[in-house]
Amino acid sequence: MDASTIIARRIAQELRDGMLVNLGIGIPTLVANYVPAGLHVFFQSENGLIGTGPVPEEGMRQARLTDAGGRVVTALPGASTFDSATSFGLIRGGHVDMTVLGGLEVDVTGRLANWTIPGKMVPGMGGAMDLVSGARRVVVAMQHTAKGKSKIVSQCRLPLTSVRPVDLVVTELAVIAFPNGRATLLEVAPGVQVADVLAATEAPLIVRDDVHPMPLGSEVPA
Amino acid sequence: MKTIGLGEAASLIPDGASVMIGGFMGVGTPERVIDELVRRGTGNLTVIANDTAMPGVGIGKLIRAGLVRRAIVSHIGLNPETQQQMIAGKTDVELVPQGTLIERIRAGGFGLGGVLTATGVGTVVEKGKATIILDGKTYLVERPLRADFALVSAFAADYLGNLQYALTARNFNPVIAMAADAVIVDAEHIVPTGVIAPDHVMTPAPLVDYLVAH
Repeated sequence: MDASTIIARRIAQELRDGMLVNLGIGIPTLVANYVPAGLHVFFQSENGLIGTGPVPEEGMRQARLTDAGGRVVTALPGASTFDSATSFGLIRGGHVDMTVLGGLEVDVTGRLANWTIPGKMVPGMGGAMDLVSGARRVVVAMQHTAKGKSKIVSQCRLPLTSVRPVDLVVTELAVIAFPNGRATLLEVAPGVQVADVLAATEAPLIVRDDVHPMPLGSEVPA
Repeated sequence: MKTIGLGEAASLIPDGASVMIGGFMGVGTPERVIDELVRRGTGNLTVIANDTAMPGVGIGKLIRAGLVRRAIVSHIGLNPETQQQMIAGKTDVELVPQGTLIERIRAGGFGLGGVLTATGVGTVVEKGKATIILDGKTYLVERPLRADFALVSAFAADYLGNLQYALTARNFNPVIAMAADAVIVDAEHIVPTGVIAPDHVMTPAPLVDYLVAH
């Protein structure tokens, strides 16, 4: 199983029936492929859609129906559309139960940097700052390292997305939470040892006594 | 509301104007009006919009033609030409969190003196802004935005100017229609008054100044 699949399948286990969820682009988008059987989850696209569905079949494109990445999508039965003010009211107002976003760095207290690398990549923050500040629960989906360097760091070197700490970081190696403002190892991926995670992580991690293997749900995508 | 030709609509907009433009990555942008601005070479514009779309698409056409002096947007990541012009100092880009941007426009159109939001507190977005603490929570004070023109894309307009939008092409359109001195609408369909039922009108007719003729 590749890193993205492990991360997406693990995060899908955080979904609960009836949740309103916003998925960022990249690995987060994959989470929609692994919704556990029997759950109904509402996916929001911040350009103004609840009930985002998969890409349409050949010949069924509707150019006015896109996700927040600009990709032509479908709308599931029960979908709704609205303007951008309502969409961000849903986000800032705490109506979005969970957001899953990519990350560049997360610090030891759970603060996220994911929108810019000054001098290299200045795309604009889009909706990321509102999502991290406003969603009820913030989950970061990212590879544990980039070019061999830990993305879970003592202190973010990149500009922060929000001072509000995230709730959970899921990588291909581990699940980390931030109780009492301290990075804490909760789970390891199948075949990964606690020592492997510690060796790959710059930030000091508190290791819980009950560290256990990540649940990854069913083999077959829903 | 006045129905006018495409050329006349674009001629209303002078060099140096501020324009709010609907659309999200080019979806819900009045392409015909943009094309006409490019043809006329209306320049030195201040553009307020969600993003600058992609090269050669929607607002990306204005960028490519070098007509945008200043852009107040949330995202330029899919348009490398905007990034190049920003780095070259040809276009000033003010990046604003998307929820803050739409709410600043809403405040401008709804007669509010500003917006209090926690988004951006403690980040680079806070730089140069006042903060206020209410009930123990810190907020940024964000100023309202208005423009000389709103360029709105609608799915349907009736003969009076009542508007309806479709799917995710709605995005910024009904909000900018509240926040500009003159509102110019390009609608995909022009329909008899009454076809859009009162409950389905998303922008009421009195907000629309000009409808671009078909």
